[in-house]
Amino acid sequence: MHPAPRALRRAVAVTTTALLATALGCAPQPEEKAADTPSGAAGNTCAKGKLATKTSGKLTIATDEPAYEPWFKDDTPANGEGFESAVAYAVAQQLGYDKSAVVWQSVPFNKAFAPGEKTFDFDVNQVSISDERKQAVDFSSGYYDVRQAVIALKGTKAAKAKTVADLKSLKLGAQVGTTSLDYIDDLVKPAQEPAAYAKNDQAKSALKNGQVDAIVVDLPTAFYITAAEVTDATIVGQFENQGGTPEQFGLVLDKGSALTSCVTDAVDALRKDGTLDKLEQQWLSDAVDAPVLK
Amino acid sequence: MTVTKKESGQEGADDNGGMSDAGDDGYVPSQRRLDRERHKRARARRATAVAALSTLVTGVVLYLVVVNAPGWPRTKETFFDREYAREAFPKVLEGLWLNVRLLLVCGVCVLVLGMLIAVARTLRGPVFFPLRVLAAAYTDFFRGLPLIINLMIVVLGVPALRLQGVTVDPVLLGGTALTLTYSAYVAEVFRAGIESVHPSQRAAARSLGLTNRQALRHVVLPQAVRRQVPPLLNDLVSLQKDTGLVSIGGAVDAVRAADIIVGRSLNYTPYIVAGLIFVALTIPMTRFTDWVTARMDRRRAQGGAL
Repeated sequence: MHPAPRALRRAVAVTTTALLATALGCAPQPEEKAADTPSGAAGNTCAKGKLATKTSGKLTIATDEPAYEPWFKDDTPANGEGFESAVAYAVAQQLGYDKSAVVWQSVPFNKAFAPGEKTFDFDVNQVSISDERKQAVDFSSGYYDVRQAVIALKGTKAAKAKTVADLKSLKLGAQVGTTSLDYIDDLVKPAQEPAAYAKNDQAKSALKNGQVDAIVVDLPTAFYITAAEVTDATIVGQFENQGGTPEQFGLVLDKGSALTSCVTDAVDALRKDGTLDKLEQQWLSDAVDAPVLK
Repeated sequence: MTVTKKESGQEGADDNGGMSDAGDDGYVPSQRRLDRERHKRARARRATAVAALSTLVTGVVLYLVVVNAPGWPRTKETFFDREYAREAFPKVLEGLWLNVRLLLVCGVCVLVLGMLIAVARTLRGPVFFPLRVLAAAYTDFFRGLPLIINLMIVVLGVPALRLQGVTVDPVLLGGTALTLTYSAYVAEVFRAGIESVHPSQRAAARSLGLTNRQALRHVVLPQAVRRQVPPLLNDLVSLQKDTGLVSIGGAVDAVRAADIIVGRSLNYTPYIVAGLIFVALTIPMTRFTDWVTARMDRRRAQGGAL
């Protein structure tokens, strides 16, 4: 056999390399839109049960696993128990999807905000609304006004704190990705670097083990922890809202989602007719007031 | 991108492209030799040019594929945002200081402990049987135990024992866990090295009147360690990245510092920054490894080893 001339072989090699590279990078494809996008450019009709959801006729709701009390019960979002599960079903009802049409999906906190195609219609996971986060995702209006609270073991120096200044000298901890950590950094400004935990469970362990003097969580969680999980801990107090506006949890949707306005309307309607207050009474009634740390 | 390598030793000991002036020996390279070398140089140049072209084409194609992807604008602002990179950089560096300190301290402890375990495993004589079994059990257990679980147990479990005088500092505990796991890896590397030294070396040492210990110390270990440098540095680079896992106990390392900003802003740029910084830290180490290996190869090529 006569070998091909060298130059030719080289050209073939270069082309092959280039083709391979093209094959590796996935060929661009136009983004698929949901089949039945509502034609409501102006009116944006939120036809009951006929929204442009991921699976038509179903509403896919995401939350993290494990799903913690008091927001969910028994780590089973689909049972309708716990505040956020109840709110999710109420919103679904408002949108015209009854219980059987709701599909739950487990999505880690961080993954819910990654760009790219979302696998859910909205995510309910105690996510605080902030302008900065609105750059990355859409939020519904707030369904719960949340306050941050400090927990410490009974009888410790931390448990006696009366003011924010009393916390400055302590070793504080909170979960990463929560506003609790921001409160420590921006409001308390402690002398020691705060401990940042991947999960609240680790923060609880650290508190029990004395690795931190106090941890910061949202108030309902604080009540649940002190009542059921770390019974020798006590709520030291709650922080005042920063910047005057109450911090709120919102439902998370894909940036530019067609459902955002409908879901927001649904949440607003539930607030108006008192459903949200009722559910709060039902599931978070323990989370009454704690002394405010001035 | 090294395409050409100076082929030394192919054409006698002439290293300056055959252009050696007629020295004392009156050697003048023949026309044929000059032609051959010119041809070789031309070939090398062409190879470099082709490699460059192929790389360029590949790069351009990849760039176009990425930039023309439908989700690129969104990806760009989520992963490559200048503002967030600027905010993350100092904080990630601050966290990196913890990684570096852990690497230095744990690295030393791992080398010492690993060596001790390896020596314990290779001791001869029936009297050392329990020691050998213990060392083997240790390496089996800690190599098999997932590092993350090891860290969980040590960082969150040990303080729960409330032992007097035992630290609860998550960084110290995390460093301990890292040392436990990595010394098991390194012990195996050392053991392989010790066992790869030819038995004749030990026999020769013994016949010269060295005791077992002296033979190990002066003859076997020096050869073993020299042979094991590349895999050891491999483990060290791996350790450097795993130091970040101590953040399980709440300590803020480079990755956790990035996590904090990501959690607040939902923008992933800090992860990219942290990743690049780690890579930048690893490259000098990798180059150093290559250099050490090359140097050892050269030494061996000079007929040092068997």
